[in-house]
Amino acid sequence: MILDARGLRCPMPVIRLAALAREAAPGDEIEVRWTDPAAAHDIPAWARMRGHEVLGTHELDEGWATTVRIGERDAP
Amino acid sequence: MTQTRVYLDAGGRAPVHPAAREALLTALEDGWADPRRLHSEGRRARHLLDGSRAEIAGILGCRVEELHLTPGHTASLHAAVQAVAAGRRRVGSSVVTSAVERAAVLTAARHVDRDAVAVPVDRDARVDLEAWAGAVGAPGVALAALQHANGEVGTRQPLRDAHELCRAAGVPLLVDAGASVGHDDVGADWDLLAADPGDWGAPAGVGVLAVRSRVRTRQPGPEDEDPWAPGGVGVPQAVAAAAALRAVTAERGRSAARRHGLVARLRSSLSAVPDVQVLGDPQDRLPHVLTFSCLYVDGESLVDALDRAGFAVGSGSACTSSALEPSHVLAAMGALTHGNIRIALPREVTDAEVDRFAAAVGPAVAAVRAMLGAEGL
Repeated sequence: MILDARGLRCPMPVIRLAALAREAAPGDEIEVRWTDPAAAHDIPAWARMRGHEVLGTHELDEGWATTVRIGERDAP
Repeated sequence: MTQTRVYLDAGGRAPVHPAAREALLTALEDGWADPRRLHSEGRRARHLLDGSRAEIAGILGCRVEELHLTPGHTASLHAAVQAVAAGRRRVGSSVVTSAVERAAVLTAARHVDRDAVAVPVDRDARVDLEAWAGAVGAPGVALAALQHANGEVGTRQPLRDAHELCRAAGVPLLVDAGASVGHDDVGADWDLLAADPGDWGAPAGVGVLAVRSRVRTRQPGPEDEDPWAPGGVGVPQAVAAAAALRAVTAERGRSAARRHGLVARLRSSLSAVPDVQVLGDPQDRLPHVLTFSCLYVDGESLVDALDRAGFAVGSGSACTSSALEPSHVLAAMGALTHGNIRIALPREVTDAEVDRFAAAVGPAVAAVRAMLGAEGL
């Protein structure tokens, strides 16, 4: 799954990502694309709080892409 | 029922202490003249200024010749970094800081050393001593800078060990105690110490910088009779700073214990709000400072919601400032940088006010989450 959150300011990229993660199954991977610098810190912090795993981040022509693997427990 | 405003953002600018107000008014009568003049009015101002310096030096634990007044805290930090870097140019040009220093320290460090080293910190914002040892022990270090405690999250730094490592390496240590002096015992583990009168209840307009006589400095700017404050500082502001420091130091133990307990109470009730991270060391911290981050919330909306509910709070979130970058402190800690609120309890805060605030946070957070469509995530 790909989520294009480029152009959105914090905390919207994480909110969109969390909404998509709720629909996903454990083990699914989501690639979230972003430009807001806060997302660099907040996506890993969110993943830690929710038990997901950040697989890596790479730069795009415009912005960055972070891949997250959905964990077992996505219960708030 | 009308409720009064509750001011919980007393970091850097605290409500003016009554002792400072009184001293300021008296000094406006007696100390308005230029202390560099030789007539009676000038001498009276000089006498007040010297007395203020002596009083502040005594409380900070240095000699009066080592105590300088500056135009303000940022000016103190800029001047300290530049003067030591210039004075030790023969030794080297590199500067070492922690990653969570105040922006004024980081920008000054990069101003004199483009490749200034920012030593990483742990989840609580405490500097990594092993990395610190490596950085200050490297050849060519002109200066190291480490805060006494972090002004955003309150965590105290391991200053004794950090200073010992600097001493062993022969590197002078600048300690930013801007968030600490007046609230906490800052000790003697420093070579230069910067303190902020605005933070301890004096009116803004003067800063304090202590420089041990063993530290080699050179003023990079044009010559002036007072190189740390070209043209001199306002005498009434200096008098007010000393009077406020005397007053808050006398009541510090009691005030610190009371506010330490209030922050502990706040930390525990905020932890119960869903998806709120309470940051910093729960024990080894400043008595009055607290930062928390709320998932799925933007800091600006939360500051506004709390303001409408009667509470003035600060925020280190990028969403709240014109700067695009999130708080470098929260980023270095690996904490959530959005939805961030910083509290600095003023001395006058009451138990009831803190409890009212604790009760107001949950509903304010829920309202912002609802507005952003982030409920139930």
